[in-house]
Amino acid sequence: MTSPRTAIKPLDANRRRPAGGKPASTQSGTAFINARLIDPSTNLDGPGGLLVRDGVIADLGPHLRLNAPPDTAVVDCAGHVLAPGIVDCQVFTGEPGAEHRETLKTASFAAAAGGVTTMVVMPDTTPVIDQVALVDFIQRRARDNAIVNVATMAAMTRGLAGEEMTEFGLLRRAGAVAFTNGKSSITNTRVMRNALLYAKDFGALIVHHTEDPYLSKTAAMNSGEISARLGLPGVSTAAETIMLERDIRLVEVTGGRYHAALISCRQSLEVIRAAKKRGLPVTCGVSINHLTLNEFDIGSYRTFFKVRPPLRTEADRLAMVEGVISGDIDVIVSSHDPQDADVKRRPFTEAADGAVGLETILSAALRLHYGNESVPLLTLWRAFATTPAKLLGLNAGTLHKGAPADLVLVDLASPWVVNKEHLRSRSKNSPFDESKMQGQVLRTVVAGETVYPFADGK
Amino acid sequence: MTAAIAPPHPPVFARRHLLTCEGLSVPEITSLLDLANAAAEANRRVHKKGDLLHGRTLVNLFFEASTRTQSSFELAGKRLGADVMSMNVQASSVQKGETLIDTAMTLNAMRPDILVVRHHAAGAVELLAQKVDCSVINAGDGAHQHPTQALLDALTIRREKGRIEGLTVAICGDILHSRVARSNINVLTTMGARVRIIAPSTLLPPNPSRFGVEVFNDMWAGLEGCDIIMMLRLQNERMQGSYIPSSREYFHFFGLDHEKLACAKPDALIMHPGPMNRGVEIASTIADHSRSVIREQVEMGVAVRMAVLEALARNLPNR
Repeated sequence: MTSPRTAIKPLDANRRRPAGGKPASTQSGTAFINARLIDPSTNLDGPGGLLVRDGVIADLGPHLRLNAPPDTAVVDCAGHVLAPGIVDCQVFTGEPGAEHRETLKTASFAAAAGGVTTMVVMPDTTPVIDQVALVDFIQRRARDNAIVNVATMAAMTRGLAGEEMTEFGLLRRAGAVAFTNGKSSITNTRVMRNALLYAKDFGALIVHHTEDPYLSKTAAMNSGEISARLGLPGVSTAAETIMLERDIRLVEVTGGRYHAALISCRQSLEVIRAAKKRGLPVTCGVSINHLTLNEFDIGSYRTFFKVRPPLRTEADRLAMVEGVISGDIDVIVSSHDPQDADVKRRPFTEAADGAVGLETILSAALRLHYGNESVPLLTLWRAFATTPAKLLGLNAGTLHKGAPADLVLVDLASPWVVNKEHLRSRSKNSPFDESKMQGQVLRTVVAGETVYPFADGK
Repeated sequence: MTAAIAPPHPPVFARRHLLTCEGLSVPEITSLLDLANAAAEANRRVHKKGDLLHGRTLVNLFFEASTRTQSSFELAGKRLGADVMSMNVQASSVQKGETLIDTAMTLNAMRPDILVVRHHAAGAVELLAQKVDCSVINAGDGAHQHPTQALLDALTIRREKGRIEGLTVAICGDILHSRVARSNINVLTTMGARVRIIAPSTLLPPNPSRFGVEVFNDMWAGLEGCDIIMMLRLQNERMQGSYIPSSREYFHFFGLDHEKLACAKPDALIMHPGPMNRGVEIASTIADHSRSVIREQVEMGVAVRMAVLEALARNLPNR
């Protein structure tokens, strides 16, 4: 829809505003000086400073490195990285319906601690976010309770049942940034085709989890030698690629914008690459888990490593990293999926899928920077901040003048050990528990306000 | 000199059947509209009955439910003096498993002069026409054609606007499944109108621009500067999630309301082939708007069907 009368409400309307309209400080703005600025949107990686006024980036550059304008509060970044906050476009919470696992509030604290300034929440809740009133509900709850920006994807089919399309036009007007069937795939090819076709009229993005449920139904992990040795039912990468290849054909037929939510194997990367080469409007994401872990990590049936799609082989992991470097993989997500002990402390086949990740996404990604893979920082930030914001039409992921001051200040060198007891997420199912990390979030800023470290000093 | 010895003009519409609008020429359409226009005037008199079809038999064969088309043909036949029979096919031998061809052969043996046929399958009327000796009028076959609807729409437009050529006509709604849209596109483009089609992509046929029309997914943009707005009926079974998510969303983006109507020319006419879903494709107040010519369309329906019957009757053999 291009007409001004049908214009989609600017997504800024959904942005977090400082609660209660805090009185403006007597000083006009905050200057972050002595920083290493990183901004993929301008390919910037260099020393400088950044000035925040009224919640937006007022100025930046080398001229602000040591000289803050008078009357501003000054934050000395001590040479650390100052970059756009992470835009995490796959976050599951338990609100509404499973608040014991996670609420928008608790997830937002985890996000702030992890340098995530915008969480894009999934519609897999109870009830499913498939109606305008429920999109409104999420936005109101987020506005009142969350300390970072929250955007929501809406369900692509009613109740995520994969049969009837939802009201893409009205939901998009209400603020839904994309349409997805969450953790389930749409097996009805006609429904998928019509959804892509219909979404195109509204410029809406279809985000799809590609996994043939008939192949993956009983599977607990990747199919291969390890699953054979562990005696666990496995699912081959074909379950993912079959669905992905079908979707690409449908994109070709319909011209709809398509994003494969999570790819996990080399074959999928090849499919995406070929589609992009043909000029199709196709993008894809990968979870931080599939970039940093492989099926060996399951070890002796450790259920915190049970995720969906399953962790694959080391060769697949390396292919994913290579895809991020080449830009064929567009987006890195945490795929934050809180699950409580009840459903995780079970025999491997019976345990729930999912891992929390908001608090560890940045530090874990830095492993790729320091490790043999040597992924450049600009590449990482492009994949978890700039590109996701662009795909979803969010005013974020950039240090442009005038952009909202959603920032993260990172000490790249500082070592720390993950302790699940210290995670802010209400669920503690982290595959990185007790892992050594290098690189830590020092400060997270949303719309010019510091949201981490938390006010209570914890 | 030659004009004096030239044979009288053959009737312009010299076909045996009226099965499709595709390929009808400008003179053919014009002659039918002229005939229909005269019939429309005759229909407004107290004594409407003529005897042009006296002694002829007209059979309405409707395999699909219809109110206005069937009664309109029935009335048209009667006003021209024909013996008219309407077959209630739902209760007939078709229900007992008879094939279309067998039904046609049976009817043919009763020696009708004109058969009016509606069928849910595209191409079924043409198939039937190949098997019978009489003239056949297509009263709607699947998503293919409904020629008399397009002619009555053309007549309505011509009477209201004085012309068809050069007008911009927007056809909005379920183009994919609509025989009315296909027939209208044929007639209106032949007569020199600029035709736009407006629909969500799920309700458009593939490669719609190959029909010689402009295609819009945005109704506000599509209605800009239009002289005629032709709304199509949205079938109930299309509303729930498969082609469009809901009637609420459909009305919001593709239903004709005052806001969207304001995009068209101030004297734009509002048309609908009926039956309407008020509040789905058309707001109730728009259906009753002073610029709505929906009732005139029904009136012209009888006139156009009289004209078609008359034209075909002239070509019938006098055995």
